[in-house]
Amino acid sequence: MKQFQYTRPSTQQMALDAISKPGAKIIAGGTNLVDLMKRGVTAPDKLVDINHLPLKNITPTHTGLHIGSLALNSVVSENELVLQKFPLLSMALKAGASPQLRNMATVGGNMMQRTRCTYFYDTTMPCNKREPGTGCGAMEGFNRMHAIFGTSNQCIAVNPSDMCVGLAALDAVVIIAGRKGERRIPFTEFHRLPEDHPEIDNHLAKDELIIGVEIPDNNFAKNSYYLKVRDRQSYAFALVSVAAALDIDNGVIKKARLAMGGVAHKPWRLFDAEKWLIGKPISEENFKQAAQMAMAGAKGYEYNSFKLNLAPATINEALKHAAGLV
Amino acid sequence: MSDKKPCKSPDNEVLSGESRREFLKKSTLLTAIALTPGVAVKAAEGQWDEKLAGVFEKMLLHVEVNGVKHSLMVEPRVTLLDLLREQLDLTGTKKGCDHGQCGACTVHVDGHRVNSCLTLGVMVNDKKITTIEGLAKGDQLHPMQEAFLKHDGFQCGYCTPGQIMSAVACIREGHANSEGEIREYMSGNICRCGAYPNIVNAIQEVKDGGQTV
Repeated sequence: MKQFQYTRPSTQQMALDAISKPGAKIIAGGTNLVDLMKRGVTAPDKLVDINHLPLKNITPTHTGLHIGSLALNSVVSENELVLQKFPLLSMALKAGASPQLRNMATVGGNMMQRTRCTYFYDTTMPCNKREPGTGCGAMEGFNRMHAIFGTSNQCIAVNPSDMCVGLAALDAVVIIAGRKGERRIPFTEFHRLPEDHPEIDNHLAKDELIIGVEIPDNNFAKNSYYLKVRDRQSYAFALVSVAAALDIDNGVIKKARLAMGGVAHKPWRLFDAEKWLIGKPISEENFKQAAQMAMAGAKGYEYNSFKLNLAPATINEALKHAAGLV
Repeated sequence: MSDKKPCKSPDNEVLSGESRREFLKKSTLLTAIALTPGVAVKAAEGQWDEKLAGVFEKMLLHVEVNGVKHSLMVEPRVTLLDLLREQLDLTGTKKGCDHGQCGACTVHVDGHRVNSCLTLGVMVNDKKITTIEGLAKGDQLHPMQEAFLKHDGFQCGYCTPGQIMSAVACIREGHANSEGEIREYMSGNICRCGAYPNIVNAIQEVKDGGQTV
């Protein structure tokens, strides 16, 4: 690992000053960053350890639940308020990584994790995300894990997070601090598609800090489900995952939320399918139709075309679980 | 802390350390360039850089490992795993993949299991670490160690320290209530010999025995 300087700010202001310096990077849990530094994928000059900032709290607000960006993935997944109000988030968190990693990984860090594309990790391979302009190894390579939605001719990598799929489905809002104050953006607009700049994963500026996420109260707790399909039953990244949340009244869907993981450069919300489900009775037939609708615009590559069938099947299955039909 | 000590406190304003280091690097390089023929400059540059950074980039770390307090000078890039093995001679904690994928390096930090290969040493300042060496009481093995022996919870034994640290945490967390739950919550520890059924048996026995772990 290349040498770097290390600083441990005790206030948010000190942290914001420190991260605005050239070559500085934030470290929280370190589960992704330390790995990337060991492999030489990234080599910051300075690490700003934010673990001493008071951002671990999980507190109810007037309209929902605030989760501090430094709350650990394990802590959030077992938190009573989360389990009671948003069990979908708990399910998504527990589907990710291993117990050890969840004990280290933070909410903010999870949002900032890079793709697990093997061409991004292998510094002997071309990768527009790692080194803009070098090309994409995955496009014509072994692209079994890669995206089927929102790709560009520069990058077909996927966002690897489970937590983010849950938060996208739950209409979470991201709270960001900068030196000029705070701003809030919808979770679905935090991550971006690769387009011509796959090196940029999200809309967080270099001198900004995620301080938390807020999830608005909803009626999805009874009917939500996170289904993750992967190569082994545990401790593997998703081939396809689906977060499904339904608000059901007398067998009729009042509201629906659907998001997919493992299929795009960002958590992929299925807005059209959600709208179509409103007013429909819960039934496998309707769920299958919504799933087909969600696949509009999907595009397979040499080794990942199986996702074109796996994705709608997973959507259908997740909706059945959420509706209590399984 | 005195300014003369070759380290900076974690809370120090970074700039002072940075400018001092930059100054020394540059001035030493200028001397080297003045005294050395061109071809040798490149090599000397690299070496000096390493040596200077080695002296000036170390930080003071206070950490308690298996009940013993240590004050150490560490480079920020040293992982907790390397710190334990190379500086404290606690080689029970194993380096498997070194990338957080196998769990062989599992230790407890303030009672919670983590991958020590992805933890920087400087990040455990003022924390308490327990490694596999810290489980037994003298000659008396920890119940989980006894159970792994009884159930043949290993073949080659390389993953075993990590398995045992994870197994103890698994019970403490309350995630050892069924075979399925144990398998899920032990999934961060890979065993290439495939001793999984015996590992599960060992954990179930300790769990059912109701001993404090």
